[in-house]
Amino acid sequence: MVKVMINELLCKGCGLCVRACPKGVLALSKTKLNAKGYHPAEPVNPEACIGCASCARTCPDVAIRIERE
Amino acid sequence: MSVVFEKTQLLTDKPFHYCPGCNHGIIHRLVAESIDELVKEGKLEAGNVIGVAPVGCSVFAYDYFNCDMFEAAHGRAPAVATGIKRAKPNTLVFTYQGDGEKIVTIFVNNAIYGMTGGQMAPTTLVGQKTTTSPYGRKEEWCGAPIKMSEMLAEVPGAYFIQRCAVNNTPNIIKTKAAIKKAMQYQLEGKGFCMIEVLSTCPTNWGLNPVEAMKWLEENMIPYYPLGVKKDKGADAK
Repeated sequence: MVKVMINELLCKGCGLCVRACPKGVLALSKTKLNAKGYHPAEPVNPEACIGCASCARTCPDVAIRIERE
Repeated sequence: MSVVFEKTQLLTDKPFHYCPGCNHGIIHRLVAESIDELVKEGKLEAGNVIGVAPVGCSVFAYDYFNCDMFEAAHGRAPAVATGIKRAKPNTLVFTYQGDGEKIVTIFVNNAIYGMTGGQMAPTTLVGQKTTTSPYGRKEEWCGAPIKMSEMLAEVPGAYFIQRCAVNNTPNIIKTKAAIKKAMQYQLEGKGFCMIEVLSTCPTNWGLNPVEAMKWLEENMIPYYPLGVKKDKGADAK
């Protein structure tokens, strides 16, 4: 199983990870706001993750960490 | 449990001050990871690297890279870097900057002067609106945008010149390979290397980060074609 961990404090809600993900795992939160005032990205479909790390490589704030169990 | 991806130690924990979706962060990471990998592969002694930060939005790059950094005056990063390289010839010296010697230059081309308020740059595309070209850049008035990589490839001292982009995952991986190759060439004592990275400036382009990436793909890449412009290392083989 792959775990995508997004540091919500660093996320600026730019949405580039959402675009980069080939499996539609991520979306910008519709309910949460972080301390910077952005809607952070969150895994909405975590089971679909294949661990390709496209999101992490695209994230301009290096806010994503990925682990495989 | 295994880690598939984590932040490199060569970046500090200070959060980037860049606007949402700015490509500087991606390029910072690629530079930092390349240095980290060269150290881990035993090709570079840990700490034996000095970066030169520019004036522009990336002026604070010295806060983000976990190595010795130097802040140069506007447009003078390569001049300062040549001095450092002469004084410390065995050190890996790189410059990180917007628009001679055996150094590596990471040239971020975002077709605009971002930090100062979105004015026209030498790399602004014809027709592109900026605060100093509100009706779009006119070629008759301002000339055509400069293609830095093609221009510098003609310079005899240049050893390796490549233009990259960080618009999608394959291109991000290619950009990192290019940066690392340039650093390796420097460690081998070859000539000047420059990696031009096409980048977005969503704030000053007036687009959201995802639209800005599409604008880059549709407008910048056709005018600034990606690829290796010069590689004396490959020519020699």
